[in-house]
Amino acid sequence: MIVESGHFALVLALFVAVVQATVPLIGAQRGDAAWMAVARPAALAQVFLVAVAFACLTYAYVTSDFSVLNVARNSHSAKPLIYKISGVWGNHEGSMVLWVLILAVFGSAVAAFGGNLPPGLRARALAVQAMIAAGFLMFILFTSNPFERLVPPAVDGQGLNPLLQDPGLAFHPPFLYLGYVGFSMAFSFAIAALIEGRVDAAWARWVRPWTLAAWAFLTIGIGLGSWWAYYELGWGGWWFWDPVENASFMPWLAGTALLHSSIVVEKRDTMRAWTVLLAIVTFTLSLLGTFLVRSGVLTSVHAFATDPERGLFILILMIIVSGGSLALFAWRGPSLRGAGLFQPVSREGSLLLNNLLMTVATAVVLLGTLYPLFADAVGAGKVSVGAPFFNIVFIPLMVPMIAAMAVGPLLSWKRGDLGGAMTRLWAAGVAVLAAAAVTWWVHEGGPLLGLVGIALATWLAVGTLVELAERLRLFREPLADSLRRAARQPRAAWGMSVAHMGLAIAVAGMTGAGAWKVESIQAMQPGETVTVSGYDFTFEGAGPIIGPNYMGVGGTFTVRRGGDVVAVLRPEKRTYPVRNMPTTEAAIHTLFTGDLYAVIGDRDEDTGAYVTRLYFNPLVAWMWGGGLIMVAGGALSLSDRRFRVGAPARRRRPAAAAASA
Amino acid sequence: MKRKHKRLTFVAVAMLLLAGATALVLTAFEENIVFFYSPTDLLAKQPAADRRLRVGGLVEEGSIAKADGGAVVTFRVTDLDNTVPVTFRGILPDLFREGQGVVAEGRLVDGTFRADEVLAKHDENYMPPEVAEALKASGKWQHMKDAMEDSGQMPEADAR
Repeated sequence: MIVESGHFALVLALFVAVVQATVPLIGAQRGDAAWMAVARPAALAQVFLVAVAFACLTYAYVTSDFSVLNVARNSHSAKPLIYKISGVWGNHEGSMVLWVLILAVFGSAVAAFGGNLPPGLRARALAVQAMIAAGFLMFILFTSNPFERLVPPAVDGQGLNPLLQDPGLAFHPPFLYLGYVGFSMAFSFAIAALIEGRVDAAWARWVRPWTLAAWAFLTIGIGLGSWWAYYELGWGGWWFWDPVENASFMPWLAGTALLHSSIVVEKRDTMRAWTVLLAIVTFTLSLLGTFLVRSGVLTSVHAFATDPERGLFILILMIIVSGGSLALFAWRGPSLRGAGLFQPVSREGSLLLNNLLMTVATAVVLLGTLYPLFADAVGAGKVSVGAPFFNIVFIPLMVPMIAAMAVGPLLSWKRGDLGGAMTRLWAAGVAVLAAAAVTWWVHEGGPLLGLVGIALATWLAVGTLVELAERLRLFREPLADSLRRAARQPRAAWGMSVAHMGLAIAVAGMTGAGAWKVESIQAMQPGETVTVSGYDFTFEGAGPIIGPNYMGVGGTFTVRRGGDVVAVLRPEKRTYPVRNMPTTEAAIHTLFTGDLYAVIGDRDEDTGAYVTRLYFNPLVAWMWGGGLIMVAGGALSLSDRRFRVGAPARRRRPAAAAASA
Repeated sequence: MKRKHKRLTFVAVAMLLLAGATALVLTAFEENIVFFYSPTDLLAKQPAADRRLRVGGLVEEGSIAKADGGAVVTFRVTDLDNTVPVTFRGILPDLFREGQGVVAEGRLVDGTFRADEVLAKHDENYMPPEVAEALKASGKWQHMKDAMEDSGQMPEADAR
């Protein structure tokens, strides 16, 4: 009964979405307040209905109702409760319900807190939001109904893929979806603005927090995914430039560009058409990401069972969304010419440079990701594009980007002084030389890429501090004055400094793990010692282990440096009997300078030796630490007072722009 | 600077960036595209030894052997018409099994494929699309599918 109510709620949600997509739009066109007012209760009703459906599905999972096909396929009675719950979105059908739920939550947030929005804009944005919801609800109901019954019911379920039974991956999809779907807000507002034919500073101030929130969630999602790949797959790597990874990275790149261009719209009221276009592109890439992951058209190391037919549905949906919105943009976009003028060397100019580099980077990642499809379609053979390609094209684009990141915030709006900015960055220049020299000395030369990476990270970190010190007039005025200035800084300004600093730390981590990773693969007898990067890994032996729904072999390594015990590592190789599927549990000990990483493989029957894989991954944890700091910067910026107070009314626009400039 | 000149500057910078990126992409494509071969293709075309490539098919039953205390694994990849021997140093992905689809990346040296990467999959029901196609090309797909469905490796064509 509960299962049927869930299904019924989804059907009702579709009808509500259709009403919400049409009535307010017509109302806004005619200026009919009553019709426009439909949007708000409809959005609230929709979130209620989808939440009911999601709760029903969760209930079926928690109570292990194996008369539901989806539950029988993806759950098992002997599974810890947290993985019964995460199993709801650990499969295709359930994850789509989560997608729609998040979409509805964002929509209802506009309905509930968007009281200060002009009614026309709100009605239109909610209508666009409902169109997306309607598309996805149809997708769920027609191709992937999670509430389908299984007759006769299964005795027990087939279990959730053991690789997904992991805290890192339990929360990876929700964060990723919060990011993907969050960009739908920027998209809906962009479409609404195109219909209205008006994009201004006030518009940007409404759009920015949503973009910022989506960006922060997506950053967490990507970080969790790469962290999971790092410790769960046992390859010691954290990014493989795999299609599924690129699928989440492209919206992130475009979203980062959008984040920065909307600053220009808000502060300087220019680059409007470009920002609207970026909002459309970012959300289209989010849909593309969903399509690539769900359709399985590309061979991926992270591929799960997929279904081309469903992929086709999402592809059609994506073509309608992007084609329709780009056509609208072509029609209305030219009327959005910006007002503010600026010199190439200025804050606007630097943000524009950021946008150019980010979009070109997005384009090359897109090209590399989709190239195998083109090649196959034109009969050029079956090919794959791997990490070497992406490293060659992506890194040269990021080098000027990070180099410019330290300079841009030091330039003033409209007309900047590049020479002055460089003079003020003398400390960063000195730090770069010192860091490069130390790196050279420690690694006896080392790969050039490593030197460049460390130099860039230092440049950005010190440059960010210099900019902060300039803003607070630190060391120029008495300390008390500087502190008073610090207290008066808007949180968004702090957010920028923190996020840029986070990127500097992450770049250092990526460089360390990319350039100086040490790997050692061998067969080891108990008692044997292997030295990796100055750490002695002694294999103490291995024995059987038994967990709640798995069993396996656990090994013990004692890691010493100069005779002192640094860590004891216990990697495992587990087998989950329900799916007869083995998994590798790497053992990781994080030090400030790097990670000690051990994996145990099969036992050789003749010699009794185990295959082991040992790594030293320098600075790798900095990458995720830096990512978290970036998210903290985003959150700080999001808590800025002016987003809470709300956007200024439109007629006060010139005053507001002057105040914030 | 006049407005027109300013816009020209931006356009020039954008063009330069695009040109640079295009040049990068083209050279990178030249050297870093990895072609996929089935064992039959590999025997027919004999690609150069310095070229990275992917080979895919099924891990032949009973072909897995270990050397160097288990640190080196050798196996044969088959499309049920032809086979190619593969050596790999390291720990194989968890879902590597005899009779299942596999994709390996590396170089062909003296008739033996030296893999430095064996692609893992996260789901026992997943079959890489290239492998399925290679099997279809060798005319053994239906046979294979039936066998896999019987052994429960692949869900039958049902509501999914």
